[in-house]
Amino acid sequence: MNTAIRVRGLAKSYGGLRAVDGVSFDVAEGEVLAILGPNGAGKTTTVEILEGHRNRDSGEVSVLGTDPDSGGRRFRDRIGIVLQAAGVDRELSTREALELYGAAYSSPRSIDELIELVELQDSADDRIVSLSGGQQRRVDLALGLIGNPELIFLDEPTTGFDQRARRRSWDVISNLTSLGRTIVLTTHYLDEAEYLADRIAVMSKGRIVADGTLAELRESLQSDTKIAFELPRLEEPLMELLDPLVGQGRGRGRRVEVLTPAPTVDLAHITSWAVQRGIELDGLTVESADLEDVYLSLVGEDEDSEDSGRADE
Amino acid sequence: MSEHRAAGRASLVVRHIRAQNRIFWRVPIGAFFALFLPVMMLVLFVALFGSDAYTTEYGEVSRAQFYTPALAVFAVASATFTNLAINLSIRRDEGILRRVRGTPLPPWIYLAGVIGSAVYMALIGTVAVVTLGVVAYGVNIESAKLPAMAVALVLGATAFATWGVALTAFTRTAAAAPALANAVLLPLAFVSNVFVSFEGEAPAWLLLVGDAFPLRHFVISFGEAMSPFSEAPAFVPDRLGVLVAWTVVGALVAWRGFRWEPAVGASSPRSRRGNTR
Repeated sequence: MNTAIRVRGLAKSYGGLRAVDGVSFDVAEGEVLAILGPNGAGKTTTVEILEGHRNRDSGEVSVLGTDPDSGGRRFRDRIGIVLQAAGVDRELSTREALELYGAAYSSPRSIDELIELVELQDSADDRIVSLSGGQQRRVDLALGLIGNPELIFLDEPTTGFDQRARRRSWDVISNLTSLGRTIVLTTHYLDEAEYLADRIAVMSKGRIVADGTLAELRESLQSDTKIAFELPRLEEPLMELLDPLVGQGRGRGRRVEVLTPAPTVDLAHITSWAVQRGIELDGLTVESADLEDVYLSLVGEDEDSEDSGRADE
Repeated sequence: MSEHRAAGRASLVVRHIRAQNRIFWRVPIGAFFALFLPVMMLVLFVALFGSDAYTTEYGEVSRAQFYTPALAVFAVASATFTNLAINLSIRRDEGILRRVRGTPLPPWIYLAGVIGSAVYMALIGTVAVVTLGVVAYGVNIESAKLPAMAVALVLGATAFATWGVALTAFTRTAAAAPALANAVLLPLAFVSNVFVSFEGEAPAWLLLVGDAFPLRHFVISFGEAMSPFSEAPAFVPDRLGVLVAWTVVGALVAWRGFRWEPAVGASSPRSRRGNTR
């Protein structure tokens, strides 16, 4: 299979902040890659460099055999971009906007087909300003596809959507993947990456910390076990408990979770620590870890970010 | 091959001008300020001061004869300078300019569409004001001076369109654009013979201020071509020269200062859309 995107040692800093810090990956033709990571991980910067929207500091980038920095009009004729925040002339109708933007491409898609694909048949002639947020996002999607692109970039396609709108967008994006297009999407939703992507690259603090197919990621964590319990008091010295463990532990308030490849050793350590101090560990469970647990441990979710974690799910 | 591409670009420009015209008519506020307001001001000013004649250095003219070219020029300035400063700032903040840069559409074609549409609206405004003046108030125009009117109009519209684009360099967010554009244009109009004529009686420094900026030169070039006292062809080369000079400076400022990307923290479509349904 041919390579659609090849990235080696990509880096980009803003001021002193290394937003993208030496990233390398490939995307094969026809593959759907999800770049998964929390806000500020460097996903959007990476994708914007691939799109030609942003210059890189260093590294090699080849997209459809072209350097996006110097790709020009011919390059942009072959890609479709759905940005996180890109407006459209909202006084136009969806159909008018598609006609206007489609005219610049060498082989635009049929507008009626596209309107059907994004399920906007009933409002195609309404002004975009009168559409709901979810519908406007689907207009964005249609505009990204109007040029019949070989390669599509989707930057957080469902951020801010409710569950129903997300499902609908997922269906639309799944339709695209069945057309054999290469897709790179960024998301901070694990379930979205799981649902849409062939391969997931997990990004954290400007680096790719895991890269593989869903099956590979699952396999790598099958060996992991999650030990979870609650401490009776918040003020227990957690470091003393967690540092000697084989696995990786994190606390959220009184709840402690340990992800470990050596459950027997770690469980023994935890229980003896508790027995020594005369503490009862409430709700102690030992179970195999799921993808979510592994993702959270990869992106370094820990005590500092407890209010951005599961509380809002 | 290259000819084919050139034709493609011309048709894209036309397509974008027409799309922007459509948008213009769908946003009543822009149409109100650029087209309706100057026409309404002509009706009001003539109704208020209609019977008085103006004494100029050449002789007496009617109020309508004074206000028609002045308000035609004001319509041009609103349709180009004010509207472009506002519309381009909004399109930048909404990320429309950003989107364009990710498509094979050359960004200058999008800009040409927005600017072309503004100039087209300026022409409509001028025709509306002048037609009203001629038909309703007996304002004089002479065919021999039409070329001078046209040249003044084109050079003036170009200067103000250029500065409308240039002004976006000074509007960090679109919210600042209407205030800034009006804060520049309205005081200028008062020292540029648009609302009042004060040749000879105004303090010298006010005349100097008026002469330093392009609006007064535009008003006088266009007014001279409509004046009953001027000799055809009625070109005013030094005033027109000032308009060209301002265009050159404006083009440099626009070239250096125009931004395609929204400022950090400028409202994005996402934040303005609010909660998605």
